[in-house]
Amino acid sequence: MNDYYVLFKSFFKIGIFTFGGGLTMLPMLESEIIHKQHWVTKEQLLDYYAMGQCTPGIIAINVATFIGYKQKKTRGAIASTLGMITPSILIILSIAIALESYMHLDIVQSAFAGIRVAVCALLFQSVLRLGKQGIKDTKGLIACLMCFILISFFHVSLIAIVISIILFAIILVKKERYHL
Amino acid sequence: MMLLLQLAFEFAKIGLFAIGGGPATIPFLYDMSERLAWFSIDDLGNMIAISQCTPGPLGINMATYVGYSVHGIVGGIFATVALVVPSLIIIISISKVLDKFKNNVYILKIFALLRPCVVGFIVSAVLTIFLSSVCDHASFLESGKLNDLFLWKEMLLFIGMTFFIRKYKHHQIVYIAIAMIIGIVFQF
Repeated sequence: MNDYYVLFKSFFKIGIFTFGGGLTMLPMLESEIIHKQHWVTKEQLLDYYAMGQCTPGIIAINVATFIGYKQKKTRGAIASTLGMITPSILIILSIAIALESYMHLDIVQSAFAGIRVAVCALLFQSVLRLGKQGIKDTKGLIACLMCFILISFFHVSLIAIVISIILFAIILVKKERYHL
Repeated sequence: MMLLLQLAFEFAKIGLFAIGGGPATIPFLYDMSERLAWFSIDDLGNMIAISQCTPGPLGINMATYVGYSVHGIVGGIFATVALVVPSLIIIISISKVLDKFKNNVYILKIFALLRPCVVGFIVSAVLTIFLSSVCDHASFLESGKLNDLFLWKEMLLFIGMTFFIRKYKHHQIVYIAIAMIIGIVFQF
């Protein structure tokens, strides 16, 4: 069997059987990529995760791309990424098409009004969790609050903030190095 | 065709600037709804809900859904592919110099500074979704009565949900299903 096909198939399987992405797919990745295919070791996988978190984009996709590239270079990376996104595309498109004709019904509207409240409550918990992981000191808290205020009240663009932070980080490192 | 290109461009931007995975894309989607009016905040809430209770990474599911709502099936595929192309290019370039990248002081510093900020981004988006789900600005502004500001049924459900999510660690689909039934029975 073609190597690219095997990569595609493995990540297709992971995409179909995990809910939520990110760290929730770690167990599935372990059983498929480490124990079944022996593509990477546990340490390598955790390394890819750590790097997938600090590179732009979706973490699950980044990890899939790293593993695909390690196996079969650029084409392997593309095969794994396609494998990972295909189930989502198929499933979400089917649901979206199916829902479209029922969306105007009162009962569906009520159902979604209820669901949106649950989603708020779930997002609220994720925010608390992310806050605990991401904010370690007063400086972090101030940075978080400043970003919140800039976006919510002054409608500053997210991209402008991200670019400024990247430039600021580079200047800080340069300064530290200069003094050393 | 123009719309499709714009859609792809918007999602490529998210792929390039959203650092921190699926939840980090939510503020960008919120920004998209505000700036381009392709969908409402309530639509966004629905799309997040469906993306959370279907298999696959949250960020990818949302991209497909948003893309579909803007430009049908082709839109769904375009948006999703556009979202992953920047990371694909970045990861392939990094993979060649992996060991250098892993301990690069610049990358470590950038990430350390960005992390708390990303939390701020997400708080801002979640607050907006919250306000649109449990508050009714329009009727409050009209009547001026504080009583009209909150949608009381929704508020009550939110408090109950938060309590149960913290107390019991069930899968999120359980809470979404319960809220769906409550929404239908009490006609939200």
